[in-house]
Amino acid sequence: MAEKWDIQEVEVWDGNFAAAQAMRQAQIDVVAAYPITPSTPIVEGYAKFLSDGYVDGEFVMVESEHAAMSGCVGAAAAGGRVATATSSQGFALMVEVLYQASGMRLPIVLNVVNRALASPLNVRGDHGDMYLGRDSGWIQLDAFNAQEAYDLNLIAFKVAEDKAVRLPTMVHQDGFITSHTAQNIYPLTDDVAYSFIGDYQPVDEMLDFTKPVTYGAQTEEDWHYEHKAKQHKAILDSRPVIDRVFAEFKELTGREYKRVESYMMEDADVAIVALGTTVETAKMVAKEMREKDGIKAGVVAPRCFRPFPFDNVRDALKNVKALACMDRSSPAGALGALYNEVASAMYSGDTKPLITNYIYGLGGRDLTVEAIKDIYKELDANAKSGKRTGKIQQFVGLRGPKLEYFE
Amino acid sequence: MSTIKKIKNLKELSTSNDRFEGAHLLCPGCAHSIIVRELMNCTDDNLVISSNTGCLEVSTAVYPYTSWDTSWIHIGFENAATAVAGAEAMYKARKRKGTLKDPDAPVKFVAFGGDGSTYDIGFQWLSGAVERGHDFTYICLDNEVYANTGGQRSSSTPRGASATTSPAGRVSYGEKMMKKDLVGIMAAHGAPYVAQMAPNKWKDMLKKMQTALATEGPVYLNAISACTTEWKFDPKDTISITDLATDSLVFPLYEIINGRELNITYRPKNIIPVKDYLGAQGRFKHLFKPEWKHILDEWQKNVDAQWEYLQRREEAKV
Repeated sequence: MAEKWDIQEVEVWDGNFAAAQAMRQAQIDVVAAYPITPSTPIVEGYAKFLSDGYVDGEFVMVESEHAAMSGCVGAAAAGGRVATATSSQGFALMVEVLYQASGMRLPIVLNVVNRALASPLNVRGDHGDMYLGRDSGWIQLDAFNAQEAYDLNLIAFKVAEDKAVRLPTMVHQDGFITSHTAQNIYPLTDDVAYSFIGDYQPVDEMLDFTKPVTYGAQTEEDWHYEHKAKQHKAILDSRPVIDRVFAEFKELTGREYKRVESYMMEDADVAIVALGTTVETAKMVAKEMREKDGIKAGVVAPRCFRPFPFDNVRDALKNVKALACMDRSSPAGALGALYNEVASAMYSGDTKPLITNYIYGLGGRDLTVEAIKDIYKELDANAKSGKRTGKIQQFVGLRGPKLEYFE
Repeated sequence: MSTIKKIKNLKELSTSNDRFEGAHLLCPGCAHSIIVRELMNCTDDNLVISSNTGCLEVSTAVYPYTSWDTSWIHIGFENAATAVAGAEAMYKARKRKGTLKDPDAPVKFVAFGGDGSTYDIGFQWLSGAVERGHDFTYICLDNEVYANTGGQRSSSTPRGASATTSPAGRVSYGEKMMKKDLVGIMAAHGAPYVAQMAPNKWKDMLKKMQTALATEGPVYLNAISACTTEWKFDPKDTISITDLATDSLVFPLYEIINGRELNITYRPKNIIPVKDYLGAQGRFKHLFKPEWKHILDEWQKNVDAQWEYLQRREEAKV
């Protein structure tokens, strides 16, 4: 039996250590991992737990991220709890196996500490890796701070392993800003955390030889489409389970999560829609805009990036006149991914707010309070004039002449 | 407890504990199924098997059918070694924690790959899994070509073979590179057991497979798997072509223990000329044109040198 950790009521952990602690408390059977900045401390933290006797599962230090996810798939198919962590290039290297993990319906938990994708090489945070995973068939939960990185890990195991779901799940946090910034964390004790997640319930396990299983079969045009359609249904059907697990977590801890988080949206005229740590800054600025500038500002943040909370986003934003979709990833010849998701949700609704797409923060470029104030002011001007005062897509915090595209 | 199964004769081997169904899509005359069936029949232990993408995989698990009457997984082209290593790690964890349904039943972990997925695209995954010491056996079904996709060269394709990406032509004798010595490379990992085997020598192959499964730690077995389609010979000749390979010493049979001790396990009574092996296959037909005589000569010289090397290594006992 693994040693229990003497958990304090308040711990000072960064996002990486918070995630590693949640992984330890989940009593994972197999972690197959490969270190990469900025997620390395998760892997190192878990390795130290192992060497100090706090973990009694297997820890397999493989030779690449592709092998890490391959090992996770083999382990998960053998019927136990599996998790790992990665970032950026490592995530990109894993992509092939991410699709195979979800196609085989294996409930692996992957911590993704968001970081930019090269080239140019960059170790700082943006959401390029998170967006790369958006069609991979995984549930994607997004933490905006270290406490949430801890909480969402516990939630992720419970959602992923639910027999009605059985899908792999990512927990995202922003590289460095969340992963390396120590904050006060209110963890659960080992026993409470574990009993919240519960024992792993094997399904179609390779180690039950009374019922042999074939994993990773081939299907061509005769069956592939039906399988992928079923997978889409499964990920959409996870929505009520996610809601239920969020509710159970609130009952246990008092901390409330929703698939779309809304702040000061009751009477908002303008809103910022964002992911990650930007949500925290935007909340602070929105409050200030209300107090100092008289702008009824709000913030909407998808907690669940996949399945995308289409109707919840539409409901949260139905009364605003202008909104900003903040995309922290190179759009590479199109509007940002978050813009496209939100715009499609709004187009299906009765109200048609003016939507602007702000590209920001690539490769860890700071998004300042001043920049967010300017965005709220522009949204306010859009709302008052009833039309966009700038182009649809604008680059924020970029040196040189202002870049903006699309009329 | 795992015990080594006693098998008296070929009939007994071929009918015992058949967990690889006869219904599969491999070509008539393909040696893959002979090797796979022998592995699955050589033990009564439970088997977790993984396969890289390749002929074996696409021919045995086309939904809604499967030829595998045991646990089987395929992830991608390159990662069968890691897939089975992950399963082996899970087995250890669950055994320790007491969550296995039948904790006392012996389980063996086996990965299959073709030479394309072993010598080329999956080499890193194989190397990593062997270096980490997982308790598993990796079997390369070596047909010296990407047969599943129609005959492209791999780093196992021998010099002078015509492959679709190294075709023989008016000014080319085909593949230019020498076959990679993967057996030597895997022995250099320090794996406790590495061997080369051939399905025509079924007793030798049986012994190597049973040794592999009884060995704790990673094992690499390289099996020649004659490919009727890409080597271009009559499907009825699979075993006789393989006889030519082993008796010409193009494909010598030996084992290396703990990366050091080399034992030759088959010495042909009558060593036949290499050109008899090459001449029996369409992929080498062009080498018999006068302009490529030097390639034929080089072939014989290289095979002689390799045999000399293996014999000296065996004698040296180092």
